[in-house]
Amino acid sequence: MPATTAPHTSGPRSVGFIMAMVMLALVPGTLLGIAQFGWPALNLFVLTIATALAAEAASLIVAGKPVRVALMDGSAVLTAWLLALSLPPWAPWWIGVVGAMFAIAIGKHLFGGLGQNVFNPAMLARTVLLISFPVEMTAWIAPQPMFSAHAPGFSEGLAITFGQLHLDAVSSASLLGHVKTTLGIDGHAPLPAIIAGSFHPLASFMGTTAGSLGETSALLFIAGGLFLIYLRIISWHIPAAMLATVGLLAWATHLANPLHFSPPLFHLLNGGLMLGAFFIATDPVTSPVSNNGKLVFGAGCGVLVFIIRQWGGYPEGVAFAVLLMNAATPLIDHYIRPRIFGRTLGGEPLPVAGKEGP
Amino acid sequence: MSGLSLKLAVQTWLRTRGGVHPPECKDTAAMPIRTIPAPARLYLPLKQHIGAEAKPDVVPLQLVKKGQVLARGQGSVSAHVHAPCSGHIADIVEYPAPHPSGLPMPVLVIENDGRDDADEMPVAKHPHLLAPEDIAARVQAAGIVGLGGATFPAAVKMNLGQAKAVDMLIINGCECEPYLTCDDRLMQERAAGIADGARIMAQALNIVGAPDVIIAIENNKPEAIAAMREATAGWRHVDVVPVPTQYPMGAEKQLVRYLTGREVPAGKLLADVGVLVQNVGTAYAVQQALRTGMPLVSRIVTVAGGAVARPGNYEVPIGMRVSDVLAHCGLVCEPARVVMGGPMMGHALGHPDAPVVKGTSGILALTAGEVRAEAERPCIRCAACVDACPMGLLPVTMASLLKSDKLDEALGIGLSDCISCAACSYACPSNIPLVHYFNYGKGEVVAKREAKRKDEEIKRLIEEHRVRMAAIEREKAEAAAKRQAAMEKQKAEKAAA
Repeated sequence: MPATTAPHTSGPRSVGFIMAMVMLALVPGTLLGIAQFGWPALNLFVLTIATALAAEAASLIVAGKPVRVALMDGSAVLTAWLLALSLPPWAPWWIGVVGAMFAIAIGKHLFGGLGQNVFNPAMLARTVLLISFPVEMTAWIAPQPMFSAHAPGFSEGLAITFGQLHLDAVSSASLLGHVKTTLGIDGHAPLPAIIAGSFHPLASFMGTTAGSLGETSALLFIAGGLFLIYLRIISWHIPAAMLATVGLLAWATHLANPLHFSPPLFHLLNGGLMLGAFFIATDPVTSPVSNNGKLVFGAGCGVLVFIIRQWGGYPEGVAFAVLLMNAATPLIDHYIRPRIFGRTLGGEPLPVAGKEGP
Repeated sequence: MSGLSLKLAVQTWLRTRGGVHPPECKDTAAMPIRTIPAPARLYLPLKQHIGAEAKPDVVPLQLVKKGQVLARGQGSVSAHVHAPCSGHIADIVEYPAPHPSGLPMPVLVIENDGRDDADEMPVAKHPHLLAPEDIAARVQAAGIVGLGGATFPAAVKMNLGQAKAVDMLIINGCECEPYLTCDDRLMQERAAGIADGARIMAQALNIVGAPDVIIAIENNKPEAIAAMREATAGWRHVDVVPVPTQYPMGAEKQLVRYLTGREVPAGKLLADVGVLVQNVGTAYAVQQALRTGMPLVSRIVTVAGGAVARPGNYEVPIGMRVSDVLAHCGLVCEPARVVMGGPMMGHALGHPDAPVVKGTSGILALTAGEVRAEAERPCIRCAACVDACPMGLLPVTMASLLKSDKLDEALGIGLSDCISCAACSYACPSNIPLVHYFNYGKGEVVAKREAKRKDEEIKRLIEEHRVRMAAIEREKAEAAAKRQAAMEKQKAEKAAA
């Protein structure tokens, strides 16, 4: 029998609705990504989600939990969706399958299932894949828009996904990777020259660059994120703090030494920053619950992204940054709490006006 | 945006926190108050208020008149119970309480003789010129309690207002609970009475100069606002202030914060920031008692919900069974849940025969579709509860602490500040009954405190007993020693002789 305690009505929101809206917000960016990278990208996307659903069902059965309700809430699909967006679009099938299985079985259910995981499951899986399979996970390609002259057809796409065909000819580094590797070469061209030769802000903004599905169009992911903020499904605090921190750090360092540090726009528009700021760092399960905590969390993500991109071993640091801050979330929630009505920030009762406090 | 509405928006932003906007469902706001005549039998609980149970002043078979005192309030916080009709006392029995448990409590049963012979209290010619103590005494004699639902004895509150430096009286006409429109209708139809009652209560505040009186009404009640403005036109120091429609705007601390910017410190009373809040229904009851001499024997009740055939606002004699009220209004189907009060803070009735009491603002016969009782799902930490909490608490964290029995830690992050408004439960997408956890937690605290008090009392008694016994032992020993000494002395004297 359900509880018959107040309230005797409930709000219109459900977990399924929240997940559905996040997916809806991802649709434009995802569609553009799939259009850019063609059939192999779609194959990988579908495979990843199907595997996640199977892994979710299997995990629920093993845990002895009701299967149908949990499968219907969309959380497994969303996790796999975000994972697929962070993979190289032409990666072989098993990257998606292993990643989805890891994300759901280990990243989510090993911690106790929905709402219990400490780390963002999609980013955990992506990181495990990147460390375990660095070659497959860094094989980027230049966009081959679907149905364009050089794009692989459906059967070619299947061949790429299932590892029958290697297309080295179209491989291309992501911009962040390009800058990082080029800077590492002795006697390299000065940074402004590298950037001038490869970075076209408009292309990065619209999304016609190399990268994972989720690293292409800054515009469409910003739009999706604003849609979620408008619906109050995410709050503005994490994305604003994260983007502002990256932007400020890039601006300050670029101002100090333009030969060594990329300009802020380069950082903001490239890589997975927009997807990360609006869709990944805002994962409610793994981020703080208070607004001030979210600001700290977002700023922490921003600092880490910048540090990893600038000085780390990897060209992109969104996944690492989010995971590190995920680990800090319980700490943030412990120390940063809203001021309670009638109390000071420290939790003491407010003094009575006109009289000395106790 | 005009200057005024911009100012309102800024004030709302600065002075309110959290809150939710449940569907209003206030269709009954357009329905005039109708009177339900007293049925053949009325069931009057001895405790319809916060505080001590009243003590019966009548015996079975005694004839009583309408308005006669049947039970007297006991101790400093309590209230009298009066007869809503004439007739005789049929019995004093244990009867289902208007409470989810439906557990029995002592109730006076009156057999209605249908004659309505009344026994009014004496009336002063100019009630608003009475001394403050006199006004409070008459309010106490009329058994008036806070009719917004909290049922705190009104006279005790007024005396508190005299003791502390209160400079403002707020008449609460927010009625932020969905479905309920009894205060709205009362303001629309009996504005002059409410205004008069407000003036009498302001007089009772016993301060030099006129206190400010604010009549606060949510801006979804334009007719009530207009009626109250008309009724108070030309009065100085009285302001009718529309407030934003947002649950829980009518919660006292939140309302005071919004209207005055004063924030009641944790553990303190509204009077500590110089404010007294009374419900519009309470103001009207005060006016009725002081002008007509009729104590609190009936109240306006909103009867609504999808299962009710003739919903509306009814003036119901206190003590009428909910089942009788619903029979009068008709049911179109078997309700999934019968709620006393509003859907946010009211309680599901354990027994449909429970009587209407002084604090009954609504009777809701809800259909399954309205209740939306869905299964609880895992928390995804979305923080919708944090955004909804008007007290700035972290319901998500408190609930998980309470789930793992960490009561002290939950208290440490503000459990005792929770006002049980249920905004968190309403907002939760996983249908977690958060406020239920908090009510449980607060109940545990009270139970533990009581257990500790008993423990200490027992320890004290044991210690006293020990001291007493030790004293007796000592006295005995001393007496024995004396006897011994005397005997030895005698022996010595004998020996000497």
